[in-house]
Amino acid sequence: MNYWLSLLMAVPAVGAAGVAFIRRDRTAKVATLVISLVTLALTVAMTVQFSPHGDTFQFQEKYDWIPALGIHWAVGVDGIALVLILLSAILVPIVVLASWWDAEEGKRSVRTYFALLLALEAMMIGVFAATDVFLFYVFFEAMLIPMYFMIGSYGGAQRSYAAVKFLLYSLFGGLLMLVAVIALYSLAGKNSFLFTDLIGVIKEPGAQRWLFLGFFIAFAIKAPLVPFHTWLPDAAAQAPAGAAVLLVGVLDKVGTFGMLRFCLELFPEASRWATPVVIALSVIGIIYGAILAIGQTDIKRLIAYTSISHFGFISLGVFALTSQAQTGATLYMVNHGFSTGALFLIAGMLISRRGSQYIADFGGVQKVAPILAGTFLIAGLSGLSMPGLSPFVSEFMVVNGSFQRYAVPTIIATSAVVLAAVYILWMYQRTMNGPTVEGVRELTDLNVREKWVVGPLIALLLVFGFYPKPLIDVITHGVNEAQISIQYTNPAPAVPVAKEGS
Amino acid sequence: MEPIVEHSGGVIGASWLMIAFPLASAAILLLGGRRTNAWGHLLGVFAPVASFVVAVMCFLQPSGRYDVGLYDFIPGVAKVGLLIDPLSITFALLITGVGSLIHIYSIGYMAHDPERRRFFAYLNLFVAAMLLLVLADNYLVLFLGWEGVGLASYLLIGFWQFKPTAATAAKKAFVVNRVGDFGFLVGLFTIFATFGTFAFGPVFDNAAKASNGTLTAIGIMLLIGACGKSAQLPLQSWLLDAMEGPTPVSALIHAATMVTAGVYLVVRSGAAFFPEGATASLIVTIVGVATLLAGAIIGTAKDDIKKALAGSTMSQIGYMMLAAGLGPAGYAFAIAHLLTHGFFKADLFLGAGSVMHAMKDEVNMRRYGALRALMPVTFITFFIGYLAIIGFPLLSGYFTKDGIIETAMDSNAILGWLAVIGAGITGFYMSRVVFMTFFGSKRWADDVHPHESPSVMTWPLIILSIGSIFLGGYLILSNRLMVYLGPAVGLPEALPQFHPFSPTGLATLALVALGAAIAWVRYGSAEVPQVAPRGSFLTTFARRDLYGDALNEALLMRPGQWLTRLAVWFDNKGVDGVVNGLAAGIGGSSGRLRRIQTGFVRSYALSIFVGAAVLVGAWYVVGNL
Repeated sequence: MNYWLSLLMAVPAVGAAGVAFIRRDRTAKVATLVISLVTLALTVAMTVQFSPHGDTFQFQEKYDWIPALGIHWAVGVDGIALVLILLSAILVPIVVLASWWDAEEGKRSVRTYFALLLALEAMMIGVFAATDVFLFYVFFEAMLIPMYFMIGSYGGAQRSYAAVKFLLYSLFGGLLMLVAVIALYSLAGKNSFLFTDLIGVIKEPGAQRWLFLGFFIAFAIKAPLVPFHTWLPDAAAQAPAGAAVLLVGVLDKVGTFGMLRFCLELFPEASRWATPVVIALSVIGIIYGAILAIGQTDIKRLIAYTSISHFGFISLGVFALTSQAQTGATLYMVNHGFSTGALFLIAGMLISRRGSQYIADFGGVQKVAPILAGTFLIAGLSGLSMPGLSPFVSEFMVVNGSFQRYAVPTIIATSAVVLAAVYILWMYQRTMNGPTVEGVRELTDLNVREKWVVGPLIALLLVFGFYPKPLIDVITHGVNEAQISIQYTNPAPAVPVAKEGS
Repeated sequence: MEPIVEHSGGVIGASWLMIAFPLASAAILLLGGRRTNAWGHLLGVFAPVASFVVAVMCFLQPSGRYDVGLYDFIPGVAKVGLLIDPLSITFALLITGVGSLIHIYSIGYMAHDPERRRFFAYLNLFVAAMLLLVLADNYLVLFLGWEGVGLASYLLIGFWQFKPTAATAAKKAFVVNRVGDFGFLVGLFTIFATFGTFAFGPVFDNAAKASNGTLTAIGIMLLIGACGKSAQLPLQSWLLDAMEGPTPVSALIHAATMVTAGVYLVVRSGAAFFPEGATASLIVTIVGVATLLAGAIIGTAKDDIKKALAGSTMSQIGYMMLAAGLGPAGYAFAIAHLLTHGFFKADLFLGAGSVMHAMKDEVNMRRYGALRALMPVTFITFFIGYLAIIGFPLLSGYFTKDGIIETAMDSNAILGWLAVIGAGITGFYMSRVVFMTFFGSKRWADDVHPHESPSVMTWPLIILSIGSIFLGGYLILSNRLMVYLGPAVGLPEALPQFHPFSPTGLATLALVALGAAIAWVRYGSAEVPQVAPRGSFLTTFARRDLYGDALNEALLMRPGQWLTRLAVWFDNKGVDGVVNGLAAGIGGSSGRLRRIQTGFVRSYALSIFVGAAVLVGAWYVVGNL
C-alpha cells in the first residue's frame, strides 16, 4: 500500500485552498505554478515506477467512505488512466504559465482563477484514478464546478450563455449516469461500488443495454460526439484559452476514457450491440466536424470543431475492438491534449494581441511575428496529423487498427485527412500569410514566458512523434487488460507472415 | 531478386548519418534563428555534401540488400529501419548529388533574400525527408518521408508567403497531395490487414500468397498516392502552381527528386503489386501515357518559362511511370530516365533561374530573346540540357527515353506510338523555350540589364550539363544500370540490346526534328509578339492546363463550399436550434416552477436523489412486469 495517488490529488487540492487566501496576485500565481510543477514531478516519479507488466491496477488505495452503501475512496491506475493523469499533470503548469495575465481584466479575483485551476487539477486526477464507480461519478460531476466558474466568470463576451449551456448539457448527462450508477449497484447486489466488483456481474442483455445507454450518453455528451456537440464550440470559444485547453484537452477525454473503461468493460455485450451506431456516429462526427471547422470564421470555434472531428477518431478506435485501435485511441487522447493545447494557447496569444478572434481580422502575421507563426504552424500540422508529430502515430493506429474490422467506415473516416489539411492550412493562410493587414503590423512576437509555454508542448509533440514507444508500452498494458474483460480477439492477417518485425 | 539480409556496423550500419546530417542542420538553422544568419547557408550546404559522401561510401560497399534496423517505432506495427540496396543507393546518390549542387547554386540565387537561412533550413529538411523516403525498409516509414517531403514542398512553395499566389499555391499542393495520401493510406491499411506487417521483405516474399483482388486493390491505392506526389493525372494540377516557389526549389523538389517519388514507389513495390501484365500495372502505363501527353501539350502553350518546364516535368515523369508499369523490362529504363532527367531538368530549371536572375525575376519568355550572347555559360549549359531532353543522339535523354519507347513498343504498340508522339511534342515545346529565350530579337525593357550569373551559380550548371551529356550512355550501354539494379527490382528474361538505328528510334528522331523545325519557324525565325495572341481553341485548352483547374473548381471546390455553408447553417439552426428551442420551452415552464427554487444546495441535492430514486424505481417496476 502506498499513497501516491492520494498525494497527487492532495497537493493541488490543498494548494488550491492555500492559493485562494494569498493576498498578492503575483505570489498566488507563483505559488500555483510551483504547486503544479510539484504535482508534475510527483506524477513523473510515480510513472517511472509503473510496471508495464504488473497488475491491472497499480498504486491502489482503498478506504471505506460510506460503508453502509459500499462506497469507497478507492483509487488505482492502469496504463490508460496513468497516461491521462500524466497528460493532466503536464498541461496544468503550462496552462498556469499561459494564463498569467488572463484573469487580470475581469472584475473577478485573480487568485481565485488560479485556485480554481488547482482544484480542477485535483479533480482531473481523481476522475481518472477512481476505481470506485460512485467516486468516479462524484469527480465526474465535481469537475464541472471549477470549469463553470472559469468560463462563466473569466470568459469572453458571451460567457454566461456558454457556461450555462455547458453546465446544463453536462448535468443532463450526469443525471443519466447517476441513474445508471445506482441501478448498476442495486442490480449487482454486492453492496459495493468497486469497479472490480462490478465487472461481469450484469449478465441479462436488457439490463446491460439500459445501463450502457445511461453511461454512454453521459460520456457522449462529455466527449462530445455528434449530435451532442453544440455546447463545445460555445464553451471553448468563450472560455479563456487556458481553460479551453483543460476543457478540450482533459475534461472531454473523461468521456472517451469512460467509454473504454466503463461502457466496454462493464457492459461488453451491450457495447457490441451498440457498436454499429457508435461507429456510424463516430464517422459522421469525423467528417461533419471537419466540414464545420472549414466553415468557421472564429479561430477558437474552428479549433473546437476540429476537436469534434478528432473525438470521432477516438470513439471509432475505442469501439473498433482491436488492440491497435484501442491503444491508438488512448494515445490519441494524450496527443490530442498536447496538440489542441498548443493550438488553443497559441491562438490565445494571437487573439489577446489583436483583441479579436475572427480570422478575417488577421493577415500576414508571419512577417511581423515569425516565431508565433512558426509555432502556430507546427501546432496546426499536429492537428492535421503530420507524420513526425505525435498525433500522426495515434491517428494512424486508430485507422489502421479499425480498418482490420470495419474497412468501409474507416475508409470514409480516413478521407478526413484531406479536410484536415483544408481547415488547418486555410486558417493558417488567412491569418499568417499574405500582406500584413492593418491592426496586425504592431503585433509583437512571442515573449520569454510564452516561449516557455509553447516550447514544452512542441517538444512533446516531436519526441512522441518520433519515439512513441514509451507511451505505447504503458498504454498497451491497460488495453490488454481491458481486452481480457471485454473478451475480443484481434483479426488475423489474411496472409500470415512469420513475425520478424520490420 | 535477392533476399534482404540484416546488417549492422560498418559503413552500411552508419547509413543513417545520411539522414541525420541534413536533419540536424535544419534543426540548428530553425532553432538558432537569426544568430545563424551569417553562416547558415554554409552549414546548409555542408549537410547534403556530407550525406553525399556517406552515400558514395555505401555505394562503394559490396553490392547487396542490407536491412539496417534502427529502433522500434510503433511496437507491433513497424520499426524504423533502412534498406540499403542498389535501388535506394541510386536514389540517395541522385538526391544528395544533385541536391548538393542545387544547394550551392542557392547560395548565389538567394544571396539577396533576408530569409536565406530559413530557405536552407527547409531545403535541408527536404533532403532529410526525401532520403528517409527512399531508404526506408517498410511502407510506414516510407510514408513518414513521403509526408515529410510534402511538408518541405509546402514550406518552400510558400517561401515567399507574403505573396498571396505563393501561399495559395503551397496550400493547393498540400491539399491535392493529401488526396493522393488518402489513397496511399488505404493502401497501407490493406497491406497491414493482408500481411500483418509493413516491412518490405516479408511483404514482398509473401505477396504471391495473397488474392489477386487484394493485390490489385493495394496497387491501385498506392498508385493514387503516386499520382499525387508525382503530379500524374488526375492529381496533376498542383505542379504548375508550385512554380511560385524559388527556382532552386523547382529544380530540386519539383523536377529532380520529390516528384519522382511516385515512380520510386511503383518500382519498389513492382514485384509485389505491379507485376508485368497485371491490372494495376496496366493502369500505371495508362496514367503514364496520358500524363506524358497532357504535360507535353501544356508545355507547348506556356509563356512562363518555369511553367513550360513544369509541363515538361509532368510529361517526363509520365514516361517514367509508363516504364514502371512495364515490369522488370521497364524498371531500369524508368530509373535511368529518372536519373538523367534529374540532371538535365535540374540543369534547365537552374538555367531558367539564372535567366530570371538576370532579368529582374521576369518569367515571361515573350519578354526574353537574344540572351545567348549576354549569358554564354547559361546558354550553353541550357542548350545541352535542351538537347538531352529532346533526345538528341548520344546525349543522356536519347538513351533513356529511347529505352522507354522501345520497351513500350514491345509491350503494346498503342502505348509505344503515343510515347513517340509525346517525344515529337517535346521536340516542339523545348525548342520553343530555347528559341524564345536565347534566340530572336531582344524584347526586354530598357531598365533590364541581363548579365551572366556569378560562378557559384554557373559551376553547378556546368556539372549538371556534363551529366546531361554522358550519364545516359553510361547507364544504358551494356545494360549497366539494369544489371546493377537487378538484385533489387528483378531482371527481365532477356537483357535488351541497344539498337542505334531501330525503326522506332528513327521515327522518334524524325518527329522530334519536325517539332523543332516547326518551333523554329514560329518562334526562331519569326518575330515573337510581346503579348500572347489569342490563339485557337486548342491553344486556350493547353494554356488553361487542359481545364484541370476548371474541372476541380466545378466538381470539388464549389460543391465543397456549398456543403460547408449548408453544414454550418444546419449546425447552428438545426442541431443547436433544437436544443435552444427545448431550453426556451423549459425556460417558459420553469418560470412557473420558480417558487420551488429555494436557493439551498441541500434541497437541490435532495431532489436530484429523489428524482434518481424514482427513475430507478420506475425502471424496476417496468422491468419486472
